[in-house]
Amino acid sequence: MADPEIKSYAPHHESQSPAVTESRTARTVLMIVTFAFLGIFLLLPLIIVFKEAFAKGIEAYTQALSEPDTRSAIRLTLLVAAISVPLNVTFGISAAWAIAKFEFKGKAFLTTLIDLPFSVSPVISGLVYVLLFGAQGLLGAWLKAHGIVILFAVPGIVLATVFVTFPFVARELIPLMQEQGNGDEEAALSLGANGWQAFWYVTLPNVKWGLLYGVLLCNARAMGEFGAVSVVSGHIRGLTNTMPLHVEILYNEYNAAAAFAVASLLAGLALVTLVLKTLLEMRYGAEIAATRGH
Amino acid sequence: MEVRVANVRKEFERFPALRDVSLDIKSGELIALLGPSGSGKTTLLRLIAGLERPTRGKIFFGEEDASQKSIQERNVGFVFQHYALFRHMTVADNIGFGLKVRHGPSRPSAKEIRRRASELLNLVQLSGLEKRYPAQLSGGQRQRVALARAMAIEPAVLLLDEPFGALDAQVRRELRRWLRDIHDATGHTTVFVTHDQEEALELADRVVVMSQGRIEQVGTADEIYDTPNSPFVYGFIGESSSLPVKVEDGQVWIADRPIGLSAPHAPQGEATLFFRPHDVDLVEECNGCIAGTVAASRRVAGTRRVELEIGGERQRVEIELPVDHPAAQKTRVAFRPRRWKLFPAA
Repeated sequence: MADPEIKSYAPHHESQSPAVTESRTARTVLMIVTFAFLGIFLLLPLIIVFKEAFAKGIEAYTQALSEPDTRSAIRLTLLVAAISVPLNVTFGISAAWAIAKFEFKGKAFLTTLIDLPFSVSPVISGLVYVLLFGAQGLLGAWLKAHGIVILFAVPGIVLATVFVTFPFVARELIPLMQEQGNGDEEAALSLGANGWQAFWYVTLPNVKWGLLYGVLLCNARAMGEFGAVSVVSGHIRGLTNTMPLHVEILYNEYNAAAAFAVASLLAGLALVTLVLKTLLEMRYGAEIAATRGH
Repeated sequence: MEVRVANVRKEFERFPALRDVSLDIKSGELIALLGPSGSGKTTLLRLIAGLERPTRGKIFFGEEDASQKSIQERNVGFVFQHYALFRHMTVADNIGFGLKVRHGPSRPSAKEIRRRASELLNLVQLSGLEKRYPAQLSGGQRQRVALARAMAIEPAVLLLDEPFGALDAQVRRELRRWLRDIHDATGHTTVFVTHDQEEALELADRVVVMSQGRIEQVGTADEIYDTPNSPFVYGFIGESSSLPVKVEDGQVWIADRPIGLSAPHAPQGEATLFFRPHDVDLVEECNGCIAGTVAASRRVAGTRRVELEIGGERQRVEIELPVDHPAAQKTRVAFRPRRWKLFPAA
C-alpha cells in the first residue's frame, strides 16, 4: 500500500555553522582515514571473496555449488532460517507488546534479558546447549530414554540459532511500540474491534517497517551464524553442516575455490541485506517521523 | 442514553484518582467535566467509556449495570485527545473502521460502509477528503475526522477527551460552535473533558466542576458562575477576590470594624469572604465598607484592575473599575461587594 505521507518528509540536513566546521586539512585527513579503513577492512576482503570464487572460471564456480554436500549445506541453512526467523518474530512481537504496553514486575529484568545473547559469546551459548542436552548433560539421559535427538542434529542447530538471533526483532519493536503508546489500540477497541482485530488492523501496520527491518537483520544473522552452531552441529557433512560451517571445512581441505564459492553466496546475502536495510532505513525513518508528527 | 455514575471510586496503585463520585447524565445532554489537571476528570471519562474499571461503585447505561461490560459492549464513541487516527488508513477507512470490524449480519457491505463514511464526512463538513491520510490533514480537520469516526458506530454516548486541547485559539472557537451545532443536530448524549472554563461554560448544558478526585458542583453555566457552592469553585471559575473575615452578631467584620454586610444566618466565627472584582460598589464615605490603599493599578482591556491593601495584615484584593473612574487616581479606595458569599474558614 502506498503511504503518501512519506513524501512530506524530505531528508533534512543540519546546516553547518562555521564554528563547528573543522579546517580543510583536518576534514581531508579524517575522510582519508575513514575511507582507507573501510577499503582495507571491508571492501578489499569482499572483492577477494568474489575474485577467489571465480578464480577457476564460472564453470568451476557452478560446479562447486552443485556439489551434493554444498547443496545440503545450503538447504540446511535455509531450513534453519525458515524455522528460527518466524519463531523470533513471534517471540519478538510478544515481548515487545508485553514490555511496551503493560506494566508488570520484572519488566526491567526482562528487557535486560532480551539483550543477553548480544553480550555473551556465541560459543558459550552453543556450549550451554551441549551441557543441557548432551549425553552427559542435564536433560541428556531423559532425552535419550525418549529417543529425542537434539544435539548434533537439526533441532540443536535451530535452538542455537534462535538463541543468538532472538534480540533482533524484539529490540527493533520495543522502542517503536513504546513511542506509539496505547492510543491507537484503545481507539480500535472503542470502535468495537476485538483484541485480534486491533492487533491485525492497527498495531501491526503501525510497526510493519520496524518489524521488516528486524526480520532482515535476524535472517542475516541466522544464515551467517558460526560460533554457536559450530559447537552443537557436530560437522556431519551432508547432514548437519550449515553454509558457514561448510565454508570452513572446504577451506581446511585446501579447496579454496569451492570455499570461496560458498562464501560468495553468504557475501551476496550480506550485500542484499545491506541494500534492503538502507532502503528500509530511508523509508522507516520517515515512518518514525510521521509518528512524531501526530 | 442516560448514564448514571454511582459512588465510583478509582485507585491507581492505591492512589485515589476518584473518591466516591456520583453523577446523573440525562439523555441527549451535552455535559462538560471541568477541572484542573489531576482533578480526575479524564479518569471519570475513561471509566464511563470502559477503558478503566472502577475500584468501587457502579456505572449504569440506562437501567443496565455497565460496570463489568467491556468497552466494545458499551458501544461508546470515544474521541481521544490526540485523535488516535489510524495513520496508515485513509480518512474514509478510518471512519468506516468501526463498521468493518463488526461480525455477522450487523456488518454492512463495503459499499454501504463507504456511503456512511461519505455521509459522516459531509456532516463534519469535510466532503471530498475521503482519500486523504491523517498526516495530510490540519489539526482541526483531524479532530473532525475523529468525531466522525466515533459517530459512525452510532454510539449510545459520545465521550470527548479534551477535544480542542491541541488546537490554536482561533480554531478552538470555531470548532466549539460547530460541536454545539452537531450535538443539536444529532442529539447524542455527549460528555467532554476540558480544563478551559470558557469552553465548558459556553458549550455545555451543564458543567461538572471537579477537584482532587471529587465533584465540587454540578450546574448550568449561570448556576456555577453566580452561585458557586465552595471556595474552590469560587476561585476556579472566573475572577474572584477573597478576604479573611469574622462573623459576629449577624455582621461581617474585618479586624475590628463591621463592613456593612449583614449575614444573619452565617455561623459565628472565622470565615472567608468571596466576591467578584467587577461586582463591587464604590462608596465615598466609609461608614461600614472595605477600604484599602492602592498598591497597583493595571489596565486590562476595557477596565482597570486595582489592587488594594486592606487593614493591618495587608491582605491584597483586586477590584475592577471603569477606565475613566476618578477613584483610580486616589491612594485610598473604599468599596462594598454587591454580590458575595461567606465560607467558614477551614
